[in-house]
Amino acid sequence: MSKKTDSNLYTLLFAVGMVIVVGTVLAFFASFLKPNIDENKRLEKQQNILYAMGIHENEEGTVALISTDKVAAEFSKYIVKQLVIEGDKVTANDNAYLIDIKKEQTRAKEGKVRKLPLFLGKKDGKIYYIVPVRGKGLWDAIWAYVSMDENMTVQGIFLDHKGETPGLGANIKQRFFMDDFIGENLLNAANEFEGITVAKGNNDPKNLEKTDNEVDAIAGATITGDGVSAMIKSELSAYASYFIDLKKN
Amino acid sequence: MGLFKDSKLITDPLADNNPITIQVLGICSALAITAELEASIVMSVAVLFVLGVGNVVISLMRNIIPSKIRIIVQLVVVATLVIIVDLVLKAFAYELSKTLSVFVGLIITNCIIMGRFEAFALANGAWRSFLDGLGNAAGYGLILVIVGFFRELLGSGTLLGIKVLGDPIEKTGAYAYGYENNGFMLLAPMALITLGIIIWIQRSRNNALIED
Repeated sequence: MSKKTDSNLYTLLFAVGMVIVVGTVLAFFASFLKPNIDENKRLEKQQNILYAMGIHENEEGTVALISTDKVAAEFSKYIVKQLVIEGDKVTANDNAYLIDIKKEQTRAKEGKVRKLPLFLGKKDGKIYYIVPVRGKGLWDAIWAYVSMDENMTVQGIFLDHKGETPGLGANIKQRFFMDDFIGENLLNAANEFEGITVAKGNNDPKNLEKTDNEVDAIAGATITGDGVSAMIKSELSAYASYFIDLKKN
Repeated sequence: MGLFKDSKLITDPLADNNPITIQVLGICSALAITAELEASIVMSVAVLFVLGVGNVVISLMRNIIPSKIRIIVQLVVVATLVIIVDLVLKAFAYELSKTLSVFVGLIITNCIIMGRFEAFALANGAWRSFLDGLGNAAGYGLILVIVGFFRELLGSGTLLGIKVLGDPIEKTGAYAYGYENNGFMLLAPMALITLGIIIWIQRSRNNALIED
């Protein structure tokens, strides 16, 4: 008892038709909702930048970004200047925080000059220099917003990831890990750029030593940790010359 | 008579044919996302949408789906609906979409959905399939909400983020009398144990459910 729906041609045509219909429906939804999604992502960036400079709603042990209804106002209040560094040229640009780091990294790989965004925040009379960075974890992208003072001492960091292992690599966005970075210096004793290494066995689990360029690693998250080290080293070194110039002047 | 018969499609999965506690389907997501009541509710609503609409779509197509690729067709239907849910969450409940991120994607692999498509929608009309989808999703959601309620209450002392037991840091409410939150409730093993207790209560009330 062969039905017409069993023939190969029918099956093939059905599959093709289904793909066309489904593709159209999804494309419609994606483009229809895109403005909303983009707006949410924009606010999230602002939240993350503010978190790095210590403006958040953290309670004991938790990570809580500032709420979305307040973020736009707080962002314009605390972020006093947004700069774009392009080679030797530094220009002010109020939408520098919208620069796509991933695209700029590709540009750099192609041998072009990449745009480096830098945000200047001011809180209680103190200037924070906030830099977005992006790198690779174990499974997917990891990224961070690092705020520093003019000596490249870390004042705060917000780390996030796309798909690290829950309970292991995903813990980079927990307070205990992010808070370890505060006070660490990105320069070494000779005032050269060294970065911060996520180190195993540095005998400093409480992270009391702030001048060793090391924070304590998360057990079971070696590759994610190495990814964080590599990200900080390669991305922030691009900014080192800016900070050296800053000191000279 | 017909209406009475059809209403069983909704009521059965809520109790004596519950997809989680009796058929033991969809356990993975029930354990993973129930640490907070809010996530449980959103997940239930998402599954309700996917299963309700998916069942209707599959049921309407049941006579034209080529049997050789019917599982693939089912997967495509679920995947499409899940992507729509994901996009809607990203657009209107961004914070929540980040909490649920992977789990929304995992609705695709939720055995309840494929199970109902295969077992019910392929053999029944659209209206009955719709009811079946709603019933099973509601049965799934009911358990999720119960588990989420106890886990959030006992684990964090909150419900939907509201501190119902007082403030643990300032020692007000129940905490003034030495009550402590049980952090273990927030971990997956306690979700399994909570689920076990629900199954135990259900089976002790209805001996017909006990298998030999």
